Amino acid sequence: MSLAQTGDAQATAPPLVVESGNVGDVRSGGWSVRIAIVVVAALWLVPTLGVLITSFRGADAVNTTGWWTVFAHPLQAGQWTLQNYDTALHQGLGNAFLNSVAVTVPATVIPITIAAFAAYAFAWMDFRGRYILFVVVVGLLVVPLQMALIPLLKLYANGGILFGHWVFPDLDLNGTFLGVWLAHAGFGLPLAIYLLRNYIGSLPSSIIESAKMDGADHFTIFWRLIVPLSVPALAAFAIFQFLWVWNDLLVAYVFLGGTKDVQVLTLALAALNGSHGQTWHLLTAAAFISMVVPLIVFFSLQKYFVRGLTAGSVKG
Amino acid sequence: MSASEPLPSPGDATTVASSGLRSLATFVLRLVGAIAIPLFGFAAMWAAVEYLRDENANRILVVIVAVVVGVGGIFALYVVMNKAIDVLPLRYRESVRPWIFVGPALVLLGLFLVYPLVNTIFISLKDQYSEAFVGLDNYTFVFTDESMLRAIRNTVGWMVIVPLAAVSLGLAFATLADRLRRGEAVAKSVIFLPMAISFAGASITWRLIYNFRPQGFGSNIGLLNGVMIGFGQNPVDWLSQHPWNNLYLMVIMIWMQTGFAMVVLSAAIKAIPDEIIEAARIDGASEWQVFRRVMVPTILPTIVVVTTYMVINALKVFDIVFVMGNAQSNGTEVIAERMIYWFFIGANYGRGAAIAVVLFVAVIPVMIWNVRRFREEESIR
Repeated sequence: MSLAQTGDAQATAPPLVVESGNVGDVRSGGWSVRIAIVVVAALWLVPTLGVLITSFRGADAVNTTGWWTVFAHPLQAGQWTLQNYDTALHQGLGNAFLNSVAVTVPATVIPITIAAFAAYAFAWMDFRGRYILFVVVVGLLVVPLQMALIPLLKLYANGGILFGHWVFPDLDLNGTFLGVWLAHAGFGLPLAIYLLRNYIGSLPSSIIESAKMDGADHFTIFWRLIVPLSVPALAAFAIFQFLWVWNDLLVAYVFLGGTKDVQVLTLALAALNGSHGQTWHLLTAAAFISMVVPLIVFFSLQKYFVRGLTAGSVKG
Repeated sequence: MSASEPLPSPGDATTVASSGLRSLATFVLRLVGAIAIPLFGFAAMWAAVEYLRDENANRILVVIVAVVVGVGGIFALYVVMNKAIDVLPLRYRESVRPWIFVGPALVLLGLFLVYPLVNTIFISLKDQYSEAFVGLDNYTFVFTDESMLRAIRNTVGWMVIVPLAAVSLGLAFATLADRLRRGEAVAKSVIFLPMAISFAGASITWRLIYNFRPQGFGSNIGLLNGVMIGFGQNPVDWLSQHPWNNLYLMVIMIWMQTGFAMVVLSAAIKAIPDEIIEAARIDGASEWQVFRRVMVPTILPTIVVVTTYMVINALKVFDIVFVMGNAQSNGTEVIAERMIYWFFIGANYGRGAAIAVVLFVAVIPVMIWNVRRFREEESIR
């Protein structure tokens, strides 16, 4: 069977240009290139592989032998178990998983929606201050979100007072989903607006002009024309923001807190990490549960991710 | 509102008085559209979220309500705002509408980035409880405290080594993978995979590699020490080996970020027209020369953008250091980690804020450069 497959693969491989020497080898992806890539890829996989294997081993085995020892006798069924996942899910990880969903989905949709409207306005609408405001957005791209944490915590808890003037009501947002959504939206907005404006601004103006001639207003043009055309960029940012929010520890920790009822996956993981220092079997199972969703999202949508991300940055 | 109620009919709209009134009315309407309506929307969402605080509610139901409120709320906001505009007299509509489109974005940016920026500067000039002004005391602390100085040195190391390694590795891998006839997508996915993992997950992943147990505390289950023992060496407590432990932590970030560099650079390489590369080859250039003299200069702008992105990420690094053991006793402090430390553990808002301001000042050059680059691009358009 395996012999037949190799034979097949060789038969279907395109006839090689006859090249001799090292140079041709590199150019056409010969053995040296393949070996280099396999070595690097293997190195990159090792850490994740360790987690995966450990999560399926019994507690005693994990604590007494290294995970790589399973390769000595991989088929010995007794050493594999699903117990770790069962235990981890019953220790509140299932709940944390739901909380992560409740945080991540709106925290992804809200900034994209807001940024798409703003990006359209910056690209195609005329209003005073358009240029300056966009320059401000570009400037805000690199502001470290860490510096916003304390003022925002105070804002959420007591309302905002600037120069002795009241600027924001006391909404008691700490520990609420809304508080986290808005924080994530605010921090994600500059990049979202920047990427989307680059993309939307590069759409041909003739489409928009002809839609205007047909009597469409901006809202209709945006909704019926721009949004469908911008799907690659919207999807790219959606994935970016989704991964970022799902994997975020800091913002969730500061604004949502670590109480059991609202804690998200990363916080549950960090808590588990602290409280059970040596329970590697549970930690690794929990870590893998937290990785599943981003991995699925990423691998099912990576085509968009690459296309949309590079639309803005790789110009010309 | 009553002032703008008896609006002049289109016939006498040309008179000076009414045009003054009109621009005032437009201004007020813009203000209402851009600020009041979004705030109202957020307040409405907040009311709905009150329900979500109920601890006894069914969790799955809470999640569904949360998603519906969050996602539906934001769409409803724009639809309602747009409808509200259509009620306005025709001549106001188009001058107000842009502000409806950008208004919510501006409110959020102002509230979550600009306001905190200003506020943090104030806090940094006050004492640990944000009560009395203490002048520049907190800044003196930042630049004299031993641990802070170490954090600054370490951060500079992160900003140099991580981007350098991640971008070179990413570029090398992208170039080589580009030459594979098959398996390119799989190979790239493997490198990209760590990007999808959280820092919390990655820290567990890497603790399994760096794990150390002194003699008498059980067998060593960390991979690196497994290798050491395999070679007949003594196991090493990797994460307390100053200054090398900094490097060991950087490896984690390089592992996570190389994929990003690779993906973006790979796209740039694929965008190079084949003719250019072929021409160089026909002229007798070796593969190395093609890479060095043709490919790298062509994608240089992309390399610069990616490197900048990585430098800023390295400047802001926090999670890795924070979760991988005690930074202060290991000597692996970095600026952002110190900031969180002073905010939440050291309970000194003034010092935390001063560190935040230092962090911000450090990105100002990049900010200016970004804006300049944007303006150049705009002038070419």
